[in-house]
Amino acid sequence: MKIRLVDIAHARSGDKGDTSNIGLIAHRPEYYGVLVEKVTVERVKEHFAGICKGRVERFELPNLGALNFLLHEALDGGGTLSLRADPQGKTLSTALLRMEIEAELPL
Amino acid sequence: MIRIANGQGFWGDSPDAPVEQVRRGPIDYLTLDYLAEVTMSILQKQRSRDPEAGFARDFVDVIDRILPDLATKNIRVIANAGGLNCDSCRRAIRALGWRSGVDLAVATVSGDDVTERIDEFLGKGVEFRNMDTGEPLSTIRDRVRSASVYFGAFPIAEALAGGAQIVITGRCADAALVLGPMIHEFGWQPEEWDKLASGIVAGHAIECGAQGSGGNCQDDWETIPGLEDIGYPIAEAEPDGSFVITKHAGTGGRVTVASVTEQLVYEIGDPRAYLTPDCGADFTSFRLEQAGPDRVRCTGVRGTPATPTYKVSISYAAGFRAIGSVAYAWPDAYKKARAGARILRERLARLGLEFDAIHSELLGANACHGIAASEPSPELAAQLPEVVMRFGVRSQNRAAVERFTKEIAPLVLSGPPSVTGLGAGRPKVEEVMAYWPALIPKADVHPVVSL
Repeated sequence: MKIRLVDIAHARSGDKGDTSNIGLIAHRPEYYGVLVEKVTVERVKEHFAGICKGRVERFELPNLGALNFLLHEALDGGGTLSLRADPQGKTLSTALLRMEIEAELPL
Repeated sequence: MIRIANGQGFWGDSPDAPVEQVRRGPIDYLTLDYLAEVTMSILQKQRSRDPEAGFARDFVDVIDRILPDLATKNIRVIANAGGLNCDSCRRAIRALGWRSGVDLAVATVSGDDVTERIDEFLGKGVEFRNMDTGEPLSTIRDRVRSASVYFGAFPIAEALAGGAQIVITGRCADAALVLGPMIHEFGWQPEEWDKLASGIVAGHAIECGAQGSGGNCQDDWETIPGLEDIGYPIAEAEPDGSFVITKHAGTGGRVTVASVTEQLVYEIGDPRAYLTPDCGADFTSFRLEQAGPDRVRCTGVRGTPATPTYKVSISYAAGFRAIGSVAYAWPDAYKKARAGARILRERLARLGLEFDAIHSELLGANACHGIAASEPSPELAAQLPEVVMRFGVRSQNRAAVERFTKEIAPLVLSGPPSVTGLGAGRPKVEEVMAYWPALIPKADVHPVVSL
């Protein structure tokens, strides 16, 4: 079935220079595997096409049921330079939660 | 067990939070984090105008309010409020004490400001290559405005051991403000990596203020109670490195595994190698559990050896920018806003102005999420009651940016209809700073503890 990430996960984003970090956290431990399988580097890069000009990295934190993404060159030069309304990418967290995945939930 | 509270997540955070932290329950240490990259460039500007300035003035007002509580409750304060001028900050704090007839023990940890020493280090072979791009500093050397080394927690512990009631630092790792008192109280040694890393994780959990206790929290946000009276986070630290994140009883907010996890994944890179001056911390190593209402226990943090370098943050002048906005109302608000942006772009092109960047976005439609949100459907776009068109430019040429600021207001009378300039005049031209992250060998630069 089609699932929006906002229904199975929460997230927080921050900045380091021109890199945005988005932590994506499963609402339940059993959903973590779904995130690992479906929210791939390729999907995230495609999701943020036009925002993230560099590469995307993904790290796994199974102890927290979370994935951490680094979106390089995603903040229009960085918090102090950016012309955007959200120069530090604070709302990119929920931009990620818009993503739809095709998955069966372990219910 | 010691209780270490955070009362300030950034410069501009609530001026009441430190007061609430000392008055609404027991704490042993109050930590206040004032410095962000943006802050350093503001402090640099202030110091260039006035050699006595360059520190977080708000800190003096905070201490003024809580001074009686610090004495009666024996609370010690650690703040990176010194910014680029620890000495001036200390003088201002000591003067507060004298007014109340008290000789306050105020220590500073400085030596982090290496702005004037860059050429000395370059001469010694420190390259200051950009950690992100690998470029040498020579590409921006003539535009450098400030350079600050991030020191660790041991100098803070040394200041506490010397009897300081208030420790003022310049730049240091944010979490070092929290690790410092643990080192001092528990006698942790420089190679006890797991314990040091525990302090770093605890520091990371509370260093951003209420964002660690239910603020800015996505997890079921509507059910988080009392955000108008949110309790800032507190770490209850044990000598073995385990700790509990909590907040004062009776305050708003929420401390759950979910809310603490959100903060722990905030602004990290590779979670196995979260590097600080004192150790590396492995964010995949530990376990969180709910240990009672608004109490989350963390155990099992593993650390890795410290690296032989400190991080240096170098700020440099990167040109000028200006940003202006107008709002278009129904009908066709979205279409009008798009047209307004197109007209402005064409005006700038006709004027022959060149910019490093031109950016327009439509607030109320898809500004925050950009392309991830996609364009609103024609049906939705037609319904929007209003859309704000926000337009910005950036250039090395100040005159070009100045000229741009004169193009916003005319748009209200010469462009699409039913529009307001939002009561703002011409946008202001600001000089912008960029940041250059680099490394310096620890052997080349030393923190100076002064009491």
